[in-house]
Amino acid sequence: MPFKRFVEIGRVALVNYGKDYGRLVVIVDVVDQNRALIDAPDMVRCQINFKRLSLTDIKIDIKRVPKKTTLIKAMEDADVKNKWENSSWGKKLIVQKRRASLNDFDRFKVMLARIKRGGAIRQELAKLKKVAAA
Amino acid sequence: MAPPSKLSLGIKRASRSHTYHRRGLWAIKAKHGGAFPKAEKPAAAAEPKFYPADDVKPRAPSTRKANPTKLRSSITPGTVLILLAGRFMGKRVVFLKQLKSGLLLITGPFKINGVPIRRVNQAYVIATSTKVDISGVKVDKFDDKYFARDKKTKAKKTEGELFETDKEATKNLPDFKKDDQKALDAELIKAIEAVPDLKTYLGARFSLRDGDKPHEMTF
Repeated sequence: MPFKRFVEIGRVALVNYGKDYGRLVVIVDVVDQNRALIDAPDMVRCQINFKRLSLTDIKIDIKRVPKKTTLIKAMEDADVKNKWENSSWGKKLIVQKRRASLNDFDRFKVMLARIKRGGAIRQELAKLKKVAAA
Repeated sequence: MAPPSKLSLGIKRASRSHTYHRRGLWAIKAKHGGAFPKAEKPAAAAEPKFYPADDVKPRAPSTRKANPTKLRSSITPGTVLILLAGRFMGKRVVFLKQLKSGLLLITGPFKINGVPIRRVNQAYVIATSTKVDISGVKVDKFDDKYFARDKKTKAKKTEGELFETDKEATKNLPDFKKDDQKALDAELIKAIEAVPDLKTYLGARFSLRDGDKPHEMTF
């Protein structure tokens, strides 16, 4: 019931609406009750409404409004990229992106693989059923 | 600045005799023995029998030239295409080259999916990003004339036969076309079998399933 992810300086968040949809950003300052100043290594620092952010579990150690180079160094020290890509949320997003970028031949190969996997599962199940019936 | 040719409305700077001398008509008269040469009037055309009620300008023939059909940048020789209409709707075929008429030359290959060497309009085609290597395939002998229909010689029918339904002899493909198909596909199939699963891919038809959003799918 208590909140676990707080809006604080250094909180890593995901933009969930707008031009930068899908981008991982760091909250570097709070403007007012509704807006934060966010920054990321490959974008210009800007303000954004909290409603457009989804907070993540990751937090980095920075002071209020750090320089870009300081921010980049802090992100590398905290290993944000790897932590994100190994989290289940991050892994899900990677899979979604991969599925959306499949071309027609890839989709066909996926279909063949799913049929093969289903066949293997059914074979094993049949074996187990046989053992259980015996 | 030259002196003005008129001093006021209606009053010229030069006198009548001065202007007559300047114009030099007297010199032309003297050259032609005292009289000004009269141009021959062209013979008057005969009065037309019919005058149309409205004055309509005759339309000039159009000088517009048709440009060669632009080929979509996603379609290159060897691209796998999905046919969208016609007898082979949904079939995945290999693109060979664009013909002079603008149509695309494709083949199944015939052994894999039953699509022969055929022409298809690029508007009825989805280009996928899958490419087959067709460097070993010779397509020079195929052009629009190859696909021209044979002229049917109509035999004159007697009155009784006119009301009979046409007994059209089933057209058989000439042998040289079958040989062309085999020769073309031999090289192509070798290239296709080099890629795993490509043969089954070309043999399967494309269709949309539940949940598919074609505008969001990348081909």
